[in-house]
Amino acid sequence: MKKAAIWLALILVLPGCSGSWGWYVVNPYTSTGLTNLRFLADGLYYTILLSFSAIAISVVVGLLIALPGLSANRKLRGINRTYVEVVRAVPILVLILWVYYGLPQMANISISVFWAGVVALALSDSAFEAEIFRAGIQSINRGQYEAARSVSLSYPDTMRFVILPQAIRRILPALGNQLVYMLKMSSLVSVIGMQELTRRANELVVTEYRPLEVYTVLVLEYLALILVVSAAVRWVERRMRTDERF
Amino acid sequence: MVASETRPIIQIDQVSKYFGDFQALKDVSLEVALGERVVICGPSGSGKSTLIRCINQLEKHESGTIVVDDVELDDSKQSLNSIRAKVGMVFQQFNLFPHLTVIENLTLGPIRARKMSKTEAGEIAMRYLERVKIPEQASKYPRQLSGGQQQRVAIARSLCMEPSIMLFDEPTSALDPEMINEVLETMAELATSGMTMICVTHEMGFARRVADKMVFMDHGEIVEMARPDRFFEAPESERCREFLEKILQH
Repeated sequence: MKKAAIWLALILVLPGCSGSWGWYVVNPYTSTGLTNLRFLADGLYYTILLSFSAIAISVVVGLLIALPGLSANRKLRGINRTYVEVVRAVPILVLILWVYYGLPQMANISISVFWAGVVALALSDSAFEAEIFRAGIQSINRGQYEAARSVSLSYPDTMRFVILPQAIRRILPALGNQLVYMLKMSSLVSVIGMQELTRRANELVVTEYRPLEVYTVLVLEYLALILVVSAAVRWVERRMRTDERF
Repeated sequence: MVASETRPIIQIDQVSKYFGDFQALKDVSLEVALGERVVICGPSGSGKSTLIRCINQLEKHESGTIVVDDVELDDSKQSLNSIRAKVGMVFQQFNLFPHLTVIENLTLGPIRARKMSKTEAGEIAMRYLERVKIPEQASKYPRQLSGGQQQRVAIARSLCMEPSIMLFDEPTSALDPEMINEVLETMAELATSGMTMICVTHEMGFARRVADKMVFMDHGEIVEMARPDRFFEAPESERCREFLEKILQH
């Protein structure tokens, strides 16, 4: 980890010495550089808001789609499969364009850039969440259902108090993956004009003509954001494990 | 008095059960009186577990009737709920909830299904933990307990629902030998309290001591049914005699 950081610093600094880099556009010691940096970093707000709103919705929708997939009833399982196969087949970028430009016309509604982004990201991710939940729930031993039933728990109570707490512990790494994936995919919402990290970088490149430096800052922004989120996910994982005291 | 003692609380009549093409139960009939202790034994695959799992409908039977405490088991939700409220079950693999502490394992059913308050459920749970002699383990997680202790927690968890019938599905088969006795002691103590019990077990010492009725099953049928003294001294069928010889040898 430390070695990697040193290498990364070297890769960035060494070309700078050769004079082909123009770090002045994002130099925090000059006033324009500082303004540019602020402009770029402000996109963080919408990247985070967009991704976390989308993941919150997609986790709930994913769980609701997963449950019929676990049923003994063929028709219910069919609903699950159809949803997963159809939604999973649409590229996220296409879904963003369709929700923003197509959906308002079809449903005769107006939708903001932000909500179009949230809906498209959440929809797309929900199919994957559904599969993750289905796998997690299926991994729980049948005996747990039988024990829950033999102490008279209803199906919703069995899910809520017995099955899901155990399943979520098991799928936490996969859920963390999806969160990281979501943070990265939120960059696609820049195409419909969402003022998140990537859009801001694009706009700055247009005015400053320094794509190399601006996009490098963009890379570092995503890297920092995702490293923090990964650390947070691991912290949650550790905590959940300790109260089971393996 | 005699009449109430002999009133059948469970009536199983001509019950059959299939798993695909395999017939697990073949026209099985059995009556269990209130307060009676029945021990079912037989080789593996003989249908004994399936039979008791049909009693609380963890398995559905395809034909015949099962009546528990005057309620006939069908697919209706009412019959299912009424059965599960009356019948407790102890499993071979304990099936404790690993993410909950012992006390939470015990109170979950009473709080959610019986709408009991947390304190009331907690008091009842402690009473049963004392009865199975492990009140000091209340705040531990199942993993921290020995197999024997886990199974006693599982028994206490069932008792917290205050069932009138207890089913035991090979409760000591997954235990290390030195832990079998503590579980059997708990079961024997329960038997003296007048609980109706059906136990699938190969612990013949326990059966001899506790059972009112012995049932021997083979190939999905009840081959022999008798009082323990007759069952062990003079089994009528050849298959039962062979089976007893094999398991009593060691």
